[in-house]
Order: sequence, then C-alpha cells, then structure tokens
Amino acid sequence: MSGVITMAYLLAAVMFILSLSGLSSQETAQRGNLYGMVGMALAILATIGSALVGAYTVLIIAMIIGSGIGLYLASRVEMTAMPQLVAMLHSFVGLAAVLIGWGGYLDPRIQLEGAAHIIHNTEIYLGIFIGAITLTGSIVAFGKLQGKISGRPLMLPGRHWLNLGALIITALFGLLFVGKHHSGSATFLLLVMTIIALLVGIHLVAAIGGADMPVVISMLNSYSGWAASATGFMLGNDLLIVTGALVGSSGAILSYIMCKGMNRSFISVIAGGFGSDGGSAAEGDDVPEGEPTPTSHEEVASELAEAKSVIIVPGFGMAVAHAQQAVSEMTDNLRKKGIEVRFGIHPVAGRLPGHMNVLLAEANVSYDIVLEMDEINEDFPETDVALVIGANDTVNPDAVERPNSPIAGMPVLEVWKARRCVVMKRSMGSGYAGVANPLFVKENTRMLFGDAKESVQEIIRHLPK
Amino acid sequence: MRIVVPKERDELEFRVAAVPDSVKKLIKLGFQVSIEAGAGSAASFTDDAYREAGADVVAEQQELYAQADIILKVLALTADEIELVKPGTTVVSFVWPAQNEDFLKSCKEKNINLLAIDSVPRISRAQKMDALSSMANIAGYRAVVEAAHHFGRFLTGQITAAGKIPPAKVLVIGAGVAGLAAIGTAKSMGAVVSAFDTRPEVKEQVESMGGSFLTVEIEEDGAGGGGYAKVMSKEFIDAEMALFREQAKDVDIVITTALIPGRPAPKLWLEDMVKTMKEGGVVVDLAGEQGGNCDLTVPGEVVVKEGVTIIGYTNLPSRLPTQSSTLYATNLVHLLTDMTPGKDGKLTIDMDDVVIRGATVVKDGAVTFPPPKVEVSAQPQQAKAEPAMPVTKPEKKKKSTLQIMAYWAVAAVVLLGLGNVAPPEFVSHFTVFVLAVFIGWQVVWNVTHALHTPLMSVTNAISGIIIVGALLQVSGSGSGLITLMAFVSILVATINIVGGFFVTHRMLKMFRK
Repeated sequence: MSGVITMAYLLAAVMFILSLSGLSSQETAQRGNLYGMVGMALAILATIGSALVGAYTVLIIAMIIGSGIGLYLASRVEMTAMPQLVAMLHSFVGLAAVLIGWGGYLDPRIQLEGAAHIIHNTEIYLGIFIGAITLTGSIVAFGKLQGKISGRPLMLPGRHWLNLGALIITALFGLLFVGKHHSGSATFLLLVMTIIALLVGIHLVAAIGGADMPVVISMLNSYSGWAASATGFMLGNDLLIVTGALVGSSGAILSYIMCKGMNRSFISVIAGGFGSDGGSAAEGDDVPEGEPTPTSHEEVASELAEAKSVIIVPGFGMAVAHAQQAVSEMTDNLRKKGIEVRFGIHPVAGRLPGHMNVLLAEANVSYDIVLEMDEINEDFPETDVALVIGANDTVNPDAVERPNSPIAGMPVLEVWKARRCVVMKRSMGSGYAGVANPLFVKENTRMLFGDAKESVQEIIRHLPK
Repeated sequence: MRIVVPKERDELEFRVAAVPDSVKKLIKLGFQVSIEAGAGSAASFTDDAYREAGADVVAEQQELYAQADIILKVLALTADEIELVKPGTTVVSFVWPAQNEDFLKSCKEKNINLLAIDSVPRISRAQKMDALSSMANIAGYRAVVEAAHHFGRFLTGQITAAGKIPPAKVLVIGAGVAGLAAIGTAKSMGAVVSAFDTRPEVKEQVESMGGSFLTVEIEEDGAGGGGYAKVMSKEFIDAEMALFREQAKDVDIVITTALIPGRPAPKLWLEDMVKTMKEGGVVVDLAGEQGGNCDLTVPGEVVVKEGVTIIGYTNLPSRLPTQSSTLYATNLVHLLTDMTPGKDGKLTIDMDDVVIRGATVVKDGAVTFPPPKVEVSAQPQQAKAEPAMPVTKPEKKKKSTLQIMAYWAVAAVVLLGLGNVAPPEFVSHFTVFVLAVFIGWQVVWNVTHALHTPLMSVTNAISGIIIVGALLQVSGSGSGLITLMAFVSILVATINIVGGFFVTHRMLKMFRK
C-alpha cells in the first residue's frame, strides 16, 4: 500500500513540475494549470486513501468549507486586487505550516532518539519559524496593499538591531531546543520563538514601502515554499519537500528578477526604507530645470492618430485608476487605423510581478503586443509617441543620465527617446522613490494631468472616426 | 485688441503669418482678426477659408493698417509699411535685429513695439514658438527635394530587369535642425546618407535619423552657446577639409547647412571639391543668405559649374508655403498665448519673462536689443550626460576560478559532514530536496515575464500541498488539540489550493492573441 502512495506522490510531483514548465508560454499555460490540479487531486486522494487517515468527517467538513471560501474569493477578486489575494493566500500557507509544526511537536506517536531526534526537532523549529514569518508578513503585506495599513515604510529606531537581536535569540533558543525531549521548558522555548517570529514577520514587511511590494510578495512566496519543505522534512514526506522546493526556488527567482529590475540588492530591499540612506546627499541639486509643458486631450488624440508607431507604458497608476479597459479600447481604435501600438512593461511595474500583463489581458489586449522592457527599449528612438500612463520611477531618465541619482543604474524604459512623450499623471508629485523626474520637463514631453481612466476616455472621444 | 495679418510684400515670399486654423485659436484668445484680401492665396488659403474661421477680410491697405493693434508678419515691415502703421502698434515678424540696426531705429522713431520671432531664446519652454527651427526643418526637407529634382538619377537603389541602380550618396554638412531634416528626408527617399558636424554630441541624433556620422581624427568640441556651433581651430579645419576632399570623390549630392551666428557662413565646400565631384552632382547650399558654404554659390539662384548644379535658393521654406505658413502661424499663436495670460484679448509685453524679453527688440520708444544673455539649452545638458553613461554601468566583477572552487569545497565539506552524522532517511530526503531546488530553478527561469502573476498564484496553489501534513495529523493522535489544529490547517490549505488554481484558471483564460 505504501508503495502505491509513494508512486502517487511521485506522479503528483511530476505533475507539479510540468505545471510550472507549462507557464513558459501563454499557449501551454492553461494545460500547465490543469497538470497542477490533477497533481494536487492525486496527492490528496492518495493521502486520504492511506491507512493513516481515518477522521473522514472532520477532514471532509474542513475541505468543503475551505473549497467554498476559496472559490468565493477566487471568483470575486478583481484583477487589480490580485496582489492582495496572493498575499492572503501566502498567509494561509504560513498558518498551516505553523500549526502543522506544532502538531508535529505535540504528536505523542513520534518517538525518536539521537541524531534523528535532533534533526526532527530542527525541522519543526525551522518550519514554525519560517511559517510564522510568512504568516504575519503576508498579513501586513495584505493590509498595505489593501490600503488598510499605511504604505509608508515603518521606521523603528535601530530596526536592523531589532531584527538581528531576534535572529540571535531564535538561534540560541534553537540550539537549546533541538536536544530537548517533550517537556515544559521545550514548549516554552518553542512558544517564545513562535511569538518572536510572528513579530519579525510584521516588522520585516512593515519596514518596506509600497513600490517594493513585488519583491516582498515574491519573497513571501518563496518563504511559503520553504515552510512547506521544512514540514516535509519533519514528516519525512518527499512530496512536500519537492513541492516546497519548487515553490521556494520560484519565489526566489521572482525576487531576484524584481530586485534586478530596481537595480537594488535583495538585502537593501529587505532592510527597507528606500531613499533614507545614501540617496539624500544628491537631493540638493535634484530639482530639474525647466517647466513641464501641459497638453490637451485633443492634442494627444491628434498626435496619436497621426503617429505610425505608439508605445504605451503603463504603471501602477493605471491599476489604481482602473484604466485598463479604456486603454484597451484606445489601443483597438488606433490599431484599426493601422497604427502600430505596443506595450512596454517594466519588470517592477505594479505591485506584483507580471501585474500589468494580467490587467491588460483582462482588458482583452492581445499578449503579442505586450512586450518586456528588454524587448522594446531599443525601439523608442523609432517611435512617434510614447504614452506613459501612471508610471514614474520606471521611466526616470536620471537612472541612466545621472550617476549620483539615488536610482542610478536602475534599468528604465527610455520613453524620452521617442519623438513625443506624453505623460498621464494626476499631479507633478514625485514617485515612490521620492526622486524628482526630469522626464516631465524634457523638451519632447507633454503632460496630461488628470485621472488616467477619464483622460483615456476623453482621448478616445477626440480620435478621428 | 485687433490682430492684422497683411499680405507679404516681397515677391519671393509666399508664406503668410496666419492660417485659418491659427485664426480660430487667436479668436479663442479673445482677439479680433483682420486679414488682407489674398494674403494666403500663394499658400493655398482662400479668403473664404479665413472668413469661415472668423476673420474679417480687408482689401484696402490703409484701412487695414489703421485698425491694427497687433500686426503679424513673416518678413520685417518694409519702409512703405512703416509709414502706414500707427504709433503704439505691436509688430511680430522675422527681424534679424543684429543685421538691421537702421530698421530698429525707424521702428523706435515711429514708437512701434517690435518682437523678433527669430530672437526667441532657444530654451525648452520656448521650443513651441521657435520659428527658426520649424523653418529650418522645412528648408532641410526642401533642400533634398530640390536636389532630387536637379539630380539625374533615382535616390534609391533598385534592382530592375533593366539593370541594377546604385543608391545616391548624400553628404550633409552641419547637423542642426535643417541638417537632420535633410538626413531624414534623403534617407526616406532611399539614399545612403552621411553627415558631418563639429559638435560630436549630435552623433546620436544623426544616427537616429538614419545617417552615418563622419568624424575627423582631432578631438575638439565645436559646441558654442545656444545649440549653435562655434569657430574651430585651424588644425581642425584642415582635417575637416581633408575629409571633405576625400568625400567629394564619392558623393552625388552635398547639402550644406553650416552657420555660425553673427558671422558670414564658413566656406566648407571649396571650388576644388566641386571639381572633384562627379558630373551631374548637386550641391544645395542652405547658407546662401549668409554668403554660402560653397565657394561657387550664387545666392538665390541655381547655377551649373564644372558639371555640378549648385543651388543657392535663399527662400527654401517659402517654396513649401502651405506647410511653412501653418508651422509659422502656430509658432505665433504659441507666442501670443504666452503674452495673453488672461485670454481676454489683451496683449501684455512682460519684460520679466525671459522668452518675451528675448524676443522684444523695440519697446516704448527704446531699442531693447540685445537682451541679457540666457544660457540654457538642451545641448550642453546632453553633452554633460553622455560621458556619464559608462559610469552607470559598472563592470560586473567576475568571480575567479579559485573562488568558485573554494565555494564548492566548503559545500562539499558541509555535505560530507552532514552525511556522517545524519540518519540515512534524512540523507535521502535531503537528496530529493536539493535536486528539486535545481529542477525548480531551471523550470522557473523559462517562465515568461508576462505570466509571473499566474506563476505566483499557481505556486500558491501547489504550496497548499502542505495539506498532506495536516491530513496525516488529523486522525489517530488521540489529542483533541492536534486534531483541531489539523482541522484549521486543512481548511486554510484547501482555500489556498482551490482559490489558487481557480484564480489562475481565470487569469489564464484572459490571455489571448
């Protein structure tokens, strides 16, 4: 019987790998998702079917309630709110990891000795630690994304020392804990560590500002994977180990890509508080010379209609204004006139890796014309109009032109190289990084102030029929 | 206030200072507009079109000038016109104040406020009213059209049944606005275009228009103030001449646009170069008005010397009158918009505004030219930015082989040490773990950027696999607490699995071609 289960697990693991590799292109992505579902069903059925599981009533009730909630959330969520949903789901994995870790510790059936015991305890300890950080970190991230908690980074005095202290205590307690058998003092150590980890999770994410959220979310994604892996070690279950490792490395890669997109090291993002250290020296001469040139919807419409090629660069502002439908309509309109319209997506645009792509897909924009930064950046000089919708730091020319700028070296979409650059923006405020953007006062830049959605609709109205 | 647009008096001037579209905009600013009958006919704008736009068409000259509070013109007022203008009128036109001191004096005596559109400072904010640039752009285009007209072959290369046609080779000297426009036009007609300029920072602009940038071996930056070039050293000019002599053997069409403000045009294309050129070649000299860049240019005329056609027209923008009138009129509307802050038809000459200050050359009976120097231009800024580029891309440090070996050695020691003490079961799990990390790493790098959000939600769903742990704990432990915790774990993990897969499915359905 156990051989059958092991094989079912193996099959599930293979399915999960196929599921991820299916996402390598849009054509195979749906099939990939299906693989994932089949793998999950296999794993759960095999586990339930095994001799070890008996309490069917309890687990069926739990699964029915869980499925109901899951379906409800997933069918209700708006695409602009995807980051929140993802953050919430991460917190669930964290919670489960903590609970299962404690369950494993309290379970009287497990009796181990010597090295096996130490390793088992280490696994419990690590599983709970990572799970707890994931749990509270994700909740804070959710709150920030939902706007329930201020998006500003929280700056506690000596925050790095707080984190370091927490880590040292955790490590010390860990050393004491792993050798102990089930006892009052061991329970105490584990409990204190759980609380510290919960607090660290809160503090870690609270110190990170809004636009670094893509990194935080992918980091938490990674953590949830490692938590699952640690649980797998504790239970001696290869499927959990494999799946956790897949998820963990996926999250790590996403974090890496996001960090590269901002030209910042992972450590500096996690340490939080962008712009507060190092960058301030350059701010004295930061004010760009010149004045922005405002434009009208009418003028933008006629410039777009007369262009041969247009590149639209969306940012978080488009998501905030829910402008994606209007943008899509405008795109269709222009493409019907034979104008080449494409989208340039910065890796960190939005609050989630790939967030813009999902929003545009939702609005029926063909994915063929939605390109990555590296694919489209060299086309700007041959482009007639670059339309920036709610993006700021990702199109800041200082990043390449001023080596002492706080965002120097960050790869940016070089919209200012287009013949005409139109920036849609609510006001002249600076972006998340707090860095002034000389793009707005460049000679070929025109500013279109106002709500992105209304502006785009207004432009559509003025487009020649 | 009433704006008056007279017909241009010069017989080679086909432009007009207002077009029906600009008239509408002027009326929106609160002005009344009168236009002389037939003023736009050379530029294909009929009197009826002006009437439709809201202008009064006036045939009688005396009456026209008498109503004027503001006069918009292309060329400066003629002596006859000054007689007709009443004192206190504001006049906007091309003036060239540095070369026309007497004219400024007569305006001063008549108490005319004179704004020279050619003296608008070249700063970013004033670009929309920079008539020099818009006219230069047209001149550059027209220069190529004139050249093509006098050139006996195609500009583009073709392979036809009748044989192979090589593309024409065009050399553009001076990559200012006119030069760049010429490069773009010649390129789009299929010619092979190269360009020379003493300012190295324009290289990128030349290349962006499709031309190749020629350089000499001497390093000297020719950027003067205000986006113009300056006079170069003798060594530089010698090297430049050598380069041109070399080019002369090869090129079919030469377009020269080199000007240094306030000086006669530099002689760059000398007689011997014309002699070296192939029979049937064309030289278009855009500097004709300032004496020409070519030795043999006759300003205002087309001559054939040494078998080469040399075009010295001084009114190239005027030879494209509809286009140049439209752009010039728009430049004027922008200027007047800035001077009518209330949009109430009341013109104010604000001498604190650097743009207006620069343009105003006679005001309230006093000559106000030259204005205090304004030293802002896009060019110097860019020049500063260029050398900074390499700094922003620091070379990535390559890890030495030794370092890599050291890492692996440490890793090996740790692994072997772990294997020594750990139970075999752990070792096998650990093997699985490490291999899975590698597989995950390989697989996820292949995921396209566009699908990163679905990737997150699907990994979210599969990390719900943690449910297996809870399922194993839910029964048989005999402890109510553990069962309860497992119950909660199963519940939230199910939310994760179902929610994650479903939302992924929803998202992926939306991605379509």
